[in-house]
This record gives sequence, structure tokens and C-alpha cells, in this order.
Amino acid sequence: MTSNLVELRDLKVSFDGVQVLHGIDLDVKRGEAIGLVGESGCGKSVTWLAALGLLPGKARISGSVQIDGRELVGQPRSAFEAVRGGRIAMIFQDPSSSLNPVLRIGRQITEALALHRNLKGEAARTEALRLMDMVGIPDARRRFDLFPHEFSGGQCQRLMIAMALAGDPDLLVADEPTTALDATIQAQILDLLIALRRETGMATVFISHDLGAVSQVCERVLVMYAGRVVEQGEIGALFDAPRHPYTRGLFDAIPRLDGERRRLIPIHGTVPDPRRLPEGCAFAPRCSSAIDACRHLRPDLTDMADGRRLACLRPVGEARPAAAPAVLEGAL
Amino acid sequence: MAHLLEARDLVRTYQVRRGLLGKPTPVRAVDGVSLTVRPGETLGIVGESGSGKSTLGRMLLGIDAPQGGDVVFEGQAMPEFGTPQWRALRARMQLVYQDPLAALDRRLTIAQQIGEPLDIHKVIPKEHRAARVAELMAAVGLRPDQGGRYPHELSGGQRQRAVIARALASRPKLLVCDEPVSALDVSIQAQVVNMLRDLQDMNNIAMVFISHDLKVVRNIADRVAVMYLGRIVEEASSDVIFKTPLHPYTKALVSSVPVPGKMLEGRVILQGEPPNPANRPSGCAFHPRCSLANDLCRSRVPALLVAGEGRTAACHMVEAPADAVAA
Repeated sequence: MTSNLVELRDLKVSFDGVQVLHGIDLDVKRGEAIGLVGESGCGKSVTWLAALGLLPGKARISGSVQIDGRELVGQPRSAFEAVRGGRIAMIFQDPSSSLNPVLRIGRQITEALALHRNLKGEAARTEALRLMDMVGIPDARRRFDLFPHEFSGGQCQRLMIAMALAGDPDLLVADEPTTALDATIQAQILDLLIALRRETGMATVFISHDLGAVSQVCERVLVMYAGRVVEQGEIGALFDAPRHPYTRGLFDAIPRLDGERRRLIPIHGTVPDPRRLPEGCAFAPRCSSAIDACRHLRPDLTDMADGRRLACLRPVGEARPAAAPAVLEGAL
Repeated sequence: MAHLLEARDLVRTYQVRRGLLGKPTPVRAVDGVSLTVRPGETLGIVGESGSGKSTLGRMLLGIDAPQGGDVVFEGQAMPEFGTPQWRALRARMQLVYQDPLAALDRRLTIAQQIGEPLDIHKVIPKEHRAARVAELMAAVGLRPDQGGRYPHELSGGQRQRAVIARALASRPKLLVCDEPVSALDVSIQAQVVNMLRDLQDMNNIAMVFISHDLKVVRNIADRVAVMYLGRIVEEASSDVIFKTPLHPYTKALVSSVPVPGKMLEGRVILQGEPPNPANRPSGCAFHPRCSLANDLCRSRVPALLVAGEGRTAACHMVEAPADAVAA
């Protein structure tokens, strides 16, 4: 128990009475790299915004978020502030809108250092320069006093990462950190995230819709659909043999750069409206192997014999649940 | 076969001011690009931001006038932007770009917008309008009831379908698509790409498909041109170019695409960033990031030369095949 840095239990979020997150269980161990994948609206970002208390006031959050065994849900703002930035840092897709356009870069990084590590003056400047170096900003000393617009998109993302590192966090949550960047720059940022984790030993949660990018960085993956985890497991096993038809569908939909050029295999239909979720499995209307039971019964996320967890009545391949889920017994 | 579209030596320069009082400096966004598109063919154009691919797309449609070179469409020189001749031609060539919400009018229903080109170009009599709109909506996979909806009531994928239906209304021969699926989720992206291909096959539409996403381009384009800082650096059939890229930049692009299930270890990661077009490096624009660069690369711009059957490359380090010299 004590080895988990973060434990989310039955985390639920709703906005204006519409539930968007339906009970997420997630552990992050020290130093591990986890990927959260899924399409827009699946709840992958909301999970972490909720865990860090970054959702707007109208969001209703229930369940449990524990950092090192300390419960955060229901706690006052100050409890979250003690965690954000210091213990857990988060970076987002669009770095230029996360940086303050009218403050010099050096000032923004030293501000974070003052806040989280109480560094001031020359000490803060030295540390800020070290961080800029570490994230690969060439000629940091000369560029310390430049404004965000004087950096490229890739460099702004590096600067965001430098600010995130300022608090010496135990966990970096990176929400689509490479999506807005060019291909060659994307590869550089992924490379940087891997190197930083190796050097600092901090855990990484990588949120992305890009299965390719996730498999570069992560050891374990959770696939989310319509506010629930539908499959989770170690990356090699999951990618070699996806069991949930949605995971499988995501893989098949990615056009390939090698092999035969072929027609793409889309997933039919669209993601359901959270206000009108299907009664059974949320993926059933788009699933080609759905049976009647799928449309009435919602499968629970169940431990499988091979160590993965899966929420599906009709998994791809022939893996059987370690123990028949209760819901299945009811169906047969 | 005759070309549907031909562009020769296109140049487009913008004046960019550095700072409020800075002296304007010319930036060559597109710097001598030539290309051809045959009827029904898809030409993919890939490149990173600032490579000039979108500016090129606008010039191909006559929306931006080139400062050098010319565009020939169906054997005729491109009329000047905004003239009646140009407007008439727009029925035959259409543009689809990344953000469908920006491309659609928020105050008009989907069906009204899809029907608009029919009125503007007077392609069919008014009484057939509704039937044609219904046909177009069916072709892009929109339900009839969605015609009465407003853009904000549709999902991103559905909006892009509506934009494509509108583009097809006037039965164009050329579609320029600028990042048409970049904002969509993978599963939806595959739907839209397949649909574009089907519509293209059915109506024999040629396409210029501009994208930064190599995987998508490979699967939709017959031929691919790679742009770097305003120039084409390599062009070949899409089967060949991704399998055996010749130009070091194409090689780096190909190797930067993350493959699901493969770790990053051992990949070639390009260092540095694309240079500022206002401050173009001497010689080959790619030389500061290129591991093969030598003195020649730093001083002389490589020309786009034949580098094999049906392929060209602009690199001093790429050997011209022996038989190409005679050609």
C-alpha cells in the first residue's frame, strides 16, 4: 500500500448533473510511467484535473484521491495547493497559452522556484538556468530574459517542462504534451520526457490520444472510453494482443507508415453523448462483436489471468476472465 | 495524360516586421515550387509548420497571387483573385481546411450551407436544390435530420463532413485539403479519410492533400512532395518515399513517427528546429540540422533533380542514378 504515490478510488465527476467520469481506480507507483489513452471526451484529462482540484467549481467530485496516503477529496484548497506543483506537476497541450505572455521566461521559472523551493535571488537564477539547460534550451543564459513569444512552440513546451520541474515533483502529468508540435519536435519532446524520468526518477502520467506516442514513453496503459477504464495492462501485452474491441479498434484505425497501403479501418459511429449513455456497455453501439447482453449489462473492470484488467463481455481473442464476473453469471 | 493542374516556379514573399518599429524584412514562404496534378490523382504535401505548404495550397487555388511563376488549371492560366473569371472557376476547385467550425457559418443550418454553392454557381435549377443537398448529405454520411441542425450542434467529424459536402456541391475537379483531419480523433479520422477516397474515386476528383501527418498522407496520396522552408526537397510515389526516403530530412520525418508498440530507442531524432524563414540558412536550408552536411551544402542550394524512376530529390548527398544523366 505504502509504495503507491497516488491512489485514485472510484473517482467520479459530474458537471451540471451530467456524469462524465464513472468511477476510476488508478494507482501510480513511484517512478513508473503510465499512459492514459482514449478519444476526446473519454475523461482522460478530467481524471487528473479532478485529482489535482483543477476543475471549475461547478464540478462535483466524489471518491477518493490519496497522495502518499493523504486524502485530498473534500479537503480545502490549501491541501491541493500543497500538492500541486510541488508533489505533482502538470503540463498541457498548448504551452504558449500556459505561459504568461508579458513576463520574461526567467522570471516565470524563478517564480515557481520561489513558490515551491523557497529559492530567491542568485540561487533561484542559477537553478532556473540549470533547469533550462536540462530541458534543452540552447544558450539559456542569453535567453533568460526573453518573452515567451520569442521562443518556438517546441521550446515553449520545454520551458513548461522546466517550470514543472522547478518544484522537484514526484509525478509529472503530461496532458497531450506533443499534440500541437511538429513531427520532428514531437520526437524530441518524447525523448526529453524519457530522459528526465531516467535522470530524476519521477513518475510520469502521459495523457494522449496517440497510441504511438504513448508506447514510446510508458510501461503501463489505461484505455478509457466514455468516462470508464475499459482495458489496462502492461504495454507490451496490451499492444501485442488488445482484448477490448475498442482498444483493438483504436489500433486498427491508425494509418500505418509501413506494410501494404490499405483502406483504413475506422470505428463506426461516434462517441456517445454523456447525457445519453447507452444502458449496457457504452461501446456496444459501435462494437462489431456486441451481443444482446452487451446492450443491457455493463461489464465491470475485471482482473484477467494474464495480469491485465478488462471490462468486456466479448473480448477479442480467447482469454477468459480469472473469475467469471458477477454480471456475466446474471446474463447466462 | 494531360495535367489538370500545373504550377511552375511559384514564389510568395511576405513582409514581416520584427517588433513594432522594426524594418520589414521579406520572408520567402514559398520559394520556387513546381508541381503537377493529373485528373483524379492525389498529391500529398507534407512538411512542418513554416514550410510554406498552406501558402502553396492557397496559391494553387488563386486565393494568394504568386509573385513569381504561374498556375495553370485545365490548360488555362489562373485568373486574378476576385475577378468574375476566377469566381466562375471556383466551382471547379474547392478548399477544405482544418477547422470546420471556422469554415461554417454559425447562423445557417447545415443544409442551407451545403446548398449555398448551388445558388452561387447556379449549377442546378432551384427546384432540384433540396434533392441535391439530400444527395450530398447522404454521400458524406450525414443523416437527413442533421440538415436542420446548426454547426455547434454537430460533432467535429460531422462538421468536417458538412464542409466536404459543401465543397463537393459544385462538382469540382480539384479539391485542396489543408489538414482536413488533423483536428479529429483517430477513429473518426479514419472514417473521413475513407470517405474522401470513395468520393474521389466516384467523381474522379483530383486532390492536393496538405498535412503534417505522414501516416495519413501515405494512405491517401498517390504521390507525395516533402517541403522544407518553402521548397520541395523530395518527391516520389507514396509507396516509395516512405519505404526508401532519400533526402535526410524525409528520412528524419519518417523516423520521427512513433510506431505503437515500439520503444523510442534507436530512432534517429532530428536535433534543432526548423529555421526561421526570415533568416534562411545559406546553401541548403536543411544543412544546420543535417548530419551529412559538408561545405558544399553550406554554400550552394541543391536543385531538385531526378533521383530515380519517377522521383526527385534536392540534396547534394543523393547520387543521381546513372541513367538519369542521359534523360
